[in-house]
Amino acid sequence: MTLNKIDENIYEVPQVYRPDMRVPGRIFVSETLLPMIEPGTIDQVANVATLSGIVKYSMAMPDAHLGYGFPIGGVAAFREDGGIISPGGVGFDINCGVRLLRSNLSYETVQPLISTLIDSLFNAVPSGVGATGRLHVTDQQLTEAFLEGAKWAVDQGYGVKDDLVRCEEFGSMKGADPSQVSIKARKRGRPQLGTLGSGNHFLEIQRVDEIFDEHVAKRFGLSKGQITVMIHCGSRGAGHQICTDHLEVLSRAVHKYCIDIPDKQLACAPIGTPEADHYFGAMVCAANYAWANRHIIAHWTREVFERYFSGAKLDLIYDVAHNVAKIEKHDVDGVIEKLYVHRKGATRSFGPSRSEVPEIYREVGQPVLIPGSMGTPSYVLCGTDKALGLTFGSACHGAGRVMSRSQALKTFTGQDIRAELSRIGIKVKATHPSMLAEEAPQVYKPSDEVVNVVHNLRIATKVARLIPLGVSKG
Amino acid sequence: MKPFEYLEHTADVKFRAYGRTPEEMLSNAAVALFGTMTDLSKVQTKETWKAELNAPDLEQLAYDWLSEIVFLFETESAVFSTFDVKLTRNEDWKLEAQIGGERTDPSRHTFDNEVKAVTLHEFEVKKNDKNDVWCLQAVLDV
Repeated sequence: MTLNKIDENIYEVPQVYRPDMRVPGRIFVSETLLPMIEPGTIDQVANVATLSGIVKYSMAMPDAHLGYGFPIGGVAAFREDGGIISPGGVGFDINCGVRLLRSNLSYETVQPLISTLIDSLFNAVPSGVGATGRLHVTDQQLTEAFLEGAKWAVDQGYGVKDDLVRCEEFGSMKGADPSQVSIKARKRGRPQLGTLGSGNHFLEIQRVDEIFDEHVAKRFGLSKGQITVMIHCGSRGAGHQICTDHLEVLSRAVHKYCIDIPDKQLACAPIGTPEADHYFGAMVCAANYAWANRHIIAHWTREVFERYFSGAKLDLIYDVAHNVAKIEKHDVDGVIEKLYVHRKGATRSFGPSRSEVPEIYREVGQPVLIPGSMGTPSYVLCGTDKALGLTFGSACHGAGRVMSRSQALKTFTGQDIRAELSRIGIKVKATHPSMLAEEAPQVYKPSDEVVNVVHNLRIATKVARLIPLGVSKG
Repeated sequence: MKPFEYLEHTADVKFRAYGRTPEEMLSNAAVALFGTMTDLSKVQTKETWKAELNAPDLEQLAYDWLSEIVFLFETESAVFSTFDVKLTRNEDWKLEAQIGGERTDPSRHTFDNEVKAVTLHEFEVKKNDKNDVWCLQAVLDV
């Protein structure tokens, strides 16, 4: 079945794609990227469109690819009355997200020490499969981290209070309910606070390579040649277990509430039911854990830079979540409605009219951080008011995979990828070199193409491009 | 009958595990899950872990079993290679398993993937009526 082209970069999955769709699907993608959208991804967009209370469209961002339940890059909003909440629309890695720090250092100052810096960061920030953190966190402290997120980290001496305004939800989302976090999730999460994880998570030293919007760049504190640091990680085992635990509860809830779902991963419950409330309360705990996690990692990053460069400052630009469900007010055909917006591999992209954007950025809009993969550029964009009408204020979260991990392992070796990156001046340090093959630049869509779609649609506008100089990975 | 096979999936790991009995299927599924992370031939059976689970149906039990392996892997800092599964069925299903492995040794155990969780996406346990072979299909979030 062909998709209907609605406008430049907007394609519709018609409701006839499957008979139980309540709304159409909307895939935001260019003609060039469209062939890279697998049929399974379109099926997943259509599946989400069958869920009760969905508002306007089931959406997919330009980096969309096959996920489980929702596609990765999926966005869907549900009204309170008759709507559902689903962990399938958030993911296991709750609040997997990105933090960007800007330094007062230039490329010329930092470049000679890149290898040393990456080695030090690799040692300072535990990463890799099964890594445990440097912190000894008590059960009570874990509860506080669930409740207060980055604010708890600041109270413990990590980072500064001024960081908190430069964080989505101020690093501390309301509505956490630690009583809904299982002992298993606590057991997984407690030793992992302050760890990077593995897979596509990373800590990267970058250089601002190009400025696309001087005015906004100045507001964000970015300038050409400046050194930045990007941190990409999430809620670790705590989030993974919270999602697993509540998926089980919600799998029973679909029978209790007589909900038909086309995919078991779309297990859900009606908003306002105990099952839905319990999941949301636990999800917020995981989201806050992730903000505390990125906050601690940023603190250690600052310590490493201060060790090598006297007077070095790493200021937080912003921190965004790309796997989370939020309660937001949106204008739906002229009526302000309270919606439960699920962003699964998608980033909030709010413009100047939204009070959620920190005052320091309210003139222009929030920073939208799009990480590349190793060897490919990352981008800083600016949220817009136009995004509200098109995507409930959402944009892409990365480049999106085009090659499976198994295919990548057959095609590349970790050694080759590291050598290739070294040839173009990128130093990589990884706990698991074999994983470098799975994260090779070639397994992702071209990030500039993905970002250009977002820019051309004006759901977020390009501000700066950052290129990697050194990467620390699990 | 092959014990399991990996199928293509863009971002995650998908497999089908087989068994002449449900116990064999569950054991092979655990090997498939763990085998996607690390080379099981490098895992010695120095210690044994026990798992005991209950569930109203076999599919739920299978999901809980695989999730339990992920949980133990992380919280015990251990790698596993042998899974001896025993099932009993009264009003609900009961699984008792002896899991053989050792504590993770970074000098010997390297990882190609980290399984974050078992998804419910296309999760299925069924018996093939033609050849009586049990099959478990799962997609893992890595």
